Order: sequence, then structure tokens, then C-alpha cells
Amino acid sequence: MGIAGGRLVGCYGGEISKDRRAALSPARHTHRGKIGPMSSRPRSGGKLAFAPRVLPLGDGAVMAELAGALDLDANAAAHRIAADVRRHAPEWVVDVVPAIVTVTVHFAAATAADAAARRNGATRLLMEAIERAGGAAPAAPERVVEIPVCYQAPHALDLAEVAAATGLPEDEVVRAHVGAAHRVLMIGFAPGHPYIGGLDARLEVPRRATPRPRMAPGAVAIANAQTSIYPFATPGGWNVIGRTPLVLFDPARDPPSLLAAGDGVAFVPISPEAFERIAAGRGR
Amino acid sequence: MTVKVLRPGALATLQDLGRRGLQHLAIVPGGAMDPVAHRVANALVGNRGDAATLEIAVSGPELLFERGALVALAGARFDAWIDGAAFPGARPALVRAGARLRIGRATAGAFAYLAVAGGFDVAPVLGSRSTYLPGHFGGLDGRLVAAGASLPLAAAADGLGRARFARAIRKRREVVLAGGAARSVSWFAPNLTVPTTEPAIGRAVEGAHAALFTDAARAAFYGERWRVAPDSNRMGYRLLGPKLELVTPTEIVSQATCLGTVQVPAGGQPIVLMVDHQTTGGYPKLAELIGADAPLIAQVPPGGAVRFVATKLDEADAARAALAQRAAELIERILWEFGDADA
Repeated sequence: MGIAGGRLVGCYGGEISKDRRAALSPARHTHRGKIGPMSSRPRSGGKLAFAPRVLPLGDGAVMAELAGALDLDANAAAHRIAADVRRHAPEWVVDVVPAIVTVTVHFAAATAADAAARRNGATRLLMEAIERAGGAAPAAPERVVEIPVCYQAPHALDLAEVAAATGLPEDEVVRAHVGAAHRVLMIGFAPGHPYIGGLDARLEVPRRATPRPRMAPGAVAIANAQTSIYPFATPGGWNVIGRTPLVLFDPARDPPSLLAAGDGVAFVPISPEAFERIAAGRGR
Repeated sequence: MTVKVLRPGALATLQDLGRRGLQHLAIVPGGAMDPVAHRVANALVGNRGDAATLEIAVSGPELLFERGALVALAGARFDAWIDGAAFPGARPALVRAGARLRIGRATAGAFAYLAVAGGFDVAPVLGSRSTYLPGHFGGLDGRLVAAGASLPLAAAADGLGRARFARAIRKRREVVLAGGAARSVSWFAPNLTVPTTEPAIGRAVEGAHAALFTDAARAAFYGERWRVAPDSNRMGYRLLGPKLELVTPTEIVSQATCLGTVQVPAGGQPIVLMVDHQTTGGYPKLAELIGADAPLIAQVPPGGAVRFVATKLDEADAARAALAQRAAELIERILWEFGDADA
């Protein structure tokens, strides 16, 4: 790989230059079109091209659904709407959770009258935020986080299989992964576990037929037109093309999660030696 | 000061009322599976409701009290013994230093809570002492309680326990257990959340994807008697019964789930999400168990039966408020027994 490991130490996890940020802005990747075979929504330059609906999620939350399928405009809108709801939230809002194309508001209530009023209030917060978010063009990510990744043995368990499945040489798979503008669609599944959109269309491969019982913490894996990074040694069925020495989730850190929904992500290739050096420095 | 774990039991963890405001990082509130029983156990030793308790499931641990402590076991009914003599639940008991508390199997319900005056003293992680097993943090290093573990107590727990018990028996007669291994009282707190019917009844409102299911599936969900599968846990209860089918197979984009969400994976067996559920999921949501009945269904042990009854949001709101009211009244009555307790 072309980048020396030493240059990276000290810059991972931080914010990167304005030029790089502009290059990674979603305006570049949204124009690439749909990121998955599931998307069937027309695009309209950042305007929501669907009729959002807000519906109850059980008796303690309401959820705004912004699209029926994976859609990058709707995802960008979900992050703006979640931020807007947080800015305007009264104290009874206990959680605001953006997912891929939904935003959920959880509320607390002690009496039945409060519950009904707050369900209405949370619905109104979401509707107003949708209204405000609707016409805006997708904004560049507020920050882009650099993630050093070793795409070599012993960390790139499925790289050869991905190369065979896509018909690309292994180094081209890595170049395609590094070259794309990635963005965190959602934190879900496990604490700090990112679902990252923007995968180069040539790298679209299905999940593995048999999940691995234990992924290495930091495993960088692709499937479903997305990239995922496993924070913990959990089971996982995605194709592992590399591993980052960074700690994705540390409850003692503030914030505990390295990534947040809406972040831009820049994957930076590193050598196995650099991986070991960074991992040792992080106490892994 | 600690309580020594001689045998760990099946599934014991330290829990409190959980973490708030972190679901955007995929951290669920978690906490006690039956927060009402957890609060009652705390009240029975004069604690605030958010003190950490030991949550005990299926079969309980054997504990050695290295110092004296005021303890109470509430929630599911478990066989229990203090130095070999029967140990009654749902009341405060002042155990003496060196006493052994052996908790056997559950005879009614699934989760019991062992509270100690002053609370179990582990460091909060992200605002809570709850063990979050999927995230490997909270409680005792994010893990199940293991043999040989020490459960730390507050520094002055023995003195605090003696003082509170002394106040409790100013009003009531004391009962001596096992030749003095423990002193208790003759009153006890009634159960609010362990189901008294078989099957247990859980009320549910419509889920976001109810319309995607066949009429037969919706009718079966509300008509059938479901069994809680043995591989159920704090993340979710798998239900054994008829296969629930969609009209046409449909992909759902991963979206928020919550405590009580009834989701149906491709195999057709529903799962009721419990307190340690994943924050997002891609399975169709058929129904949502109401908040008031979540602790009650949590108390159905593996192999136990559940039936669901359709309800509406206004009834769900009223039921939640009514349960909160009943719990608040019971806790107030318990704290009255301690006089002007510092609770």
C-alpha cells in the first residue's frame, strides 16, 4: 500500500482537511445513483421524494418513516431531522434514534394524559422537523473520520473471495473501497456498530452463506452495498476485507462510539506492521 | 465489604433501572427485566429504586455474607435457604456475618431481585450499574456473576442494615430464622408482576407492519397459546406456536425496535424483544406488547404459556399509569415500615 504507517499515527480518528472533506461530500456520492438494488425511489436533488409518515412504535415512542427502501437522500434527511428534534426536544424526550430511513422519538410519561399529550407532541416535533428538512440540499458531513485499515493478511480473510466474485484483482478491490466516499447511515445492531453507505457498486456482494461465529473486533466487512465495522467479537456474516486497529466502542470514552450517524468515513490503507503499532498504542 | 459467590446459578447479573439517551449509539436502556420487582426489592431494604440489585433467573446462586447485611428477595418466587432453613421472600431480613444464602429454582415467575441495604457498589458505566451482556460492560465487568466473584457492598452496609432493621421492628414483631442466622418480619410485600394466570395475558397494540401479515397470521397471533422457547434470554423471548406468514415476502429497511416489539423473522416464529434487545432490526413488526405488560411477560419462564390480547393506545396508556400507581403505593407502604428511613 502506498501510505506509510507512521504518517497515520496521530491523525486517525481526527477530522481531516477541507479539501478532502469537499471531495467526500455526499453531493459526490448521491449523484452516483442508488446504492443498492433495494432502492426504487426517484431522486430530486435533496428534496424528499416520498410522503413521510409518522406512526406509533409501541406505547412509548413514535417513528417517522421517510422512505420505504434504502435511500441516501432519505438517510441524510433522517440525520438532519434527528438533529432538529434534539434541538427542540422538551425534557420528556428520552431518546432520538435515527436509523437508515427512519427517526424514532422515545418519550417518558407518568400519567395516561401525559402519555397521550407527549405522543402527540413527539409526532408534532417530527412533522415540524420533516417540514424544515424537506427542501434543503443534502449537507456535507460535519466531520469525516479517518479509519486506518489493514487490507492484508492475516486481516483480510475474504478479500480473495470478494475479488473472485467481483472479477476484480485484489488490489483493485482495495482501491475501490478506499476511493469511495463513505458515510455512516446508522449505528445499530451492537453499541457503536456502524452501517456505512457509499460502497463502490463494483463491490456489491451478498452476505456469506454461513456466518462466522466470531468476528475479530475491528473487522471491516462488506455486504448489502454497505461496509460494516464490528466493534466486538460477535457472530457476523459479512465479507471481511480488512481490519482496523481502532477501538470502535469504549464505554469509558466520551463519546463512547468512534462514529456517529451522518459522519463521513475515509478508509486509509495501512501495513500489518502499522496495524500492530497502532493496536499496541491503543492497548488492545 | 463483599458478598462472596460460592455457586453462580444459571444467569445472575447486577442490574438497576438502566441507561437513558444512548439508543442512537445502539445502547438500549437495558436494566432489570422486571423493574417493578427490582424497585420493590430495593424498598424492602430501605433503598432508593435505582440502587443495583442482583437479578436472578431460572436457578439461583449460593452466597456467603462476609459481613452482616439487610437483604430482601422479591419478584419471582424461588426456593431459598439461609444456613439450611427456609428463607422467606418479599420481606426484609437481617442476615448475620458468615451466613450462607442458597437460592434454588424458581417456583413461580422467572426473575427475582436480591437487594442489599446500600446497594451493590460497582462503578456506574454510562450512567448505570446495569450489566449489558451484548456490550460487555456494566455490573461486574459486563459479565454474568461467576463462582468465586465478590459482589461489593457499600462501605457501611452492615451498620446501615442494622439501623434500618431496628426501625422496621419498632413497629412490628421480629421473626428469628435458622437459629439466628437471620432476623426478619412476619409481613411481606404482595406480588405485582408475576403472572397469576396460565397462560399469562399480554396486551398488544398494532405493529408497524401488521398489514403485511396474512389474516390467518394475525388471527393466530391473538388466538393461540404460545410457549416461551428455552433459548429465550434478556434480549428476546422466542415464541413457539404456529408459523406466522407474510402475504408476500418483504424486505424491511433496518429501523428502530423497542421493548415489547413482536418481530417475525423469515422462519415465521415471533420474537418478543426484551430489555437488552438490539436497537434496530429488519424483521417485520407484527405487534407491540404494551409497556405495562412487559414486566409481566418477562416473568413467564421458559416453557411457560402466553396469550396476546389486542388493545389500543389509550388503554395501554391507562394500564401503564395504573401499574406505576400500584407500584408507587406499595413502595410507599413498605417505606412507612422503616419509619423516617433515609430512603
